[in-house]
Amino acid sequence: MARITAGVTTSHVPAIGAALDQGKADTDYWRPVFAGYEWSKKWIAEERPDVIVLVYNDHASAFSLELLPTFAIGCAESFAVADEGFGPRPVPEVQGHPDLACHLAKSLILDEFDMTVINKMDVDHGLTVPLSLLYGQPDAWPVKVIPIAVNVVEYPQPTGNRCFELGKALRRAVKSFDQDLNVQVWGTGGMSHQLQGPRAGLINPAFDRDFLDRLVADPDSLKKMPHIEYMRESGSEGVELIMWLIMRGAMGKKVKELYRFYHVPASNTAVGHLVVKPAK
Amino acid sequence: MNKLEDFDDIPGTTIFTTDMSRKGFHLNQFCMSLMKPENRLRFKADERAYLDEWPMTEAQKQAVLDRDYNAAIKEGGNIYFLAKIFATDGKSFQEAAASMTGMTTEQYVAMMLAGGRSPKGQRSIRKGN
Repeated sequence: MARITAGVTTSHVPAIGAALDQGKADTDYWRPVFAGYEWSKKWIAEERPDVIVLVYNDHASAFSLELLPTFAIGCAESFAVADEGFGPRPVPEVQGHPDLACHLAKSLILDEFDMTVINKMDVDHGLTVPLSLLYGQPDAWPVKVIPIAVNVVEYPQPTGNRCFELGKALRRAVKSFDQDLNVQVWGTGGMSHQLQGPRAGLINPAFDRDFLDRLVADPDSLKKMPHIEYMRESGSEGVELIMWLIMRGAMGKKVKELYRFYHVPASNTAVGHLVVKPAK
Repeated sequence: MNKLEDFDDIPGTTIFTTDMSRKGFHLNQFCMSLMKPENRLRFKADERAYLDEWPMTEAQKQAVLDRDYNAAIKEGGNIYFLAKIFATDGKSFQEAAASMTGMTTEQYVAMMLAGGRSPKGQRSIRKGN
């Protein structure tokens, strides 16, 4: 049977991808950011997951305002790298896992989570930057990826509670897949950042650290946090953190924290990163 | 529960709601068109002519021509869509963000390196906290 072995959360700042792609990773500005992922790179090389269910948000790359799904799952064989306005990132195409993805779509919808099913989609920095952070710059990604895209761009986003419950349903769905697969669930985006308006540049380390603590030990206390509180405390784009609740919901009641990293700044953003595994 | 009126209460912040999405539909779709290299070339060759192909308001077009992102947001622009404009210009997200704060890029980068903008006094207009 397929099993969820670990959860990862990380910010997906586009400038991190650009720094890596342009050979700037070893500069004073970027070195501390990439150093924060060294442990995780070694860890994932040992864990060798078969599939990552990667929760992220599209940044006006695949979804225009013509059609914006709240929750969508990628069932394609592969996903091309999006051109976000400056040419596609020079990273490998992302390989999907259609069999598991179709099973998840079916299972989630029958479990009353009305997923939009995607059979063709370009993926942007929201999905590729986390892969770069954990896997570096390989010729091909050594893992299959099932994208779950969440609308965090346009209010109303799904509630934190709905995200957490989707994670729980995801756990049930993975466990009912009849192939021996090592599956990880990643939640990306955040932490505190605001990219727009006169308040741009907002960073709130106290909020971020408290969020990390509660995500590990007391996720129930985060489920009812309204969007407006994320926006006030962690910036208008900090609301991406609701996606981390999907990862946490998929881990079961208790988790063991394996690794944590927090750093300010990467471009406009506070970088947060957690590695957890389900605990009894 | 989320109350819509709260969204006007965060200083220096516009929340991109479904209503804003309606207002900014053509502006944001224009931005999205810049994901294609051939459209970027046409836009750069004659910005006004390219904008005139879209059913945008004059205020929206002017905000784009001026690269006034605060004005574009007021007219329904969303920052992730507007990002296609400054990507086309070869500008970073930091440069664009700085331009919205009234700071120079150097001042803004220095603020971020020093830990970013504190939320203190920036949470609520009503409460002033």
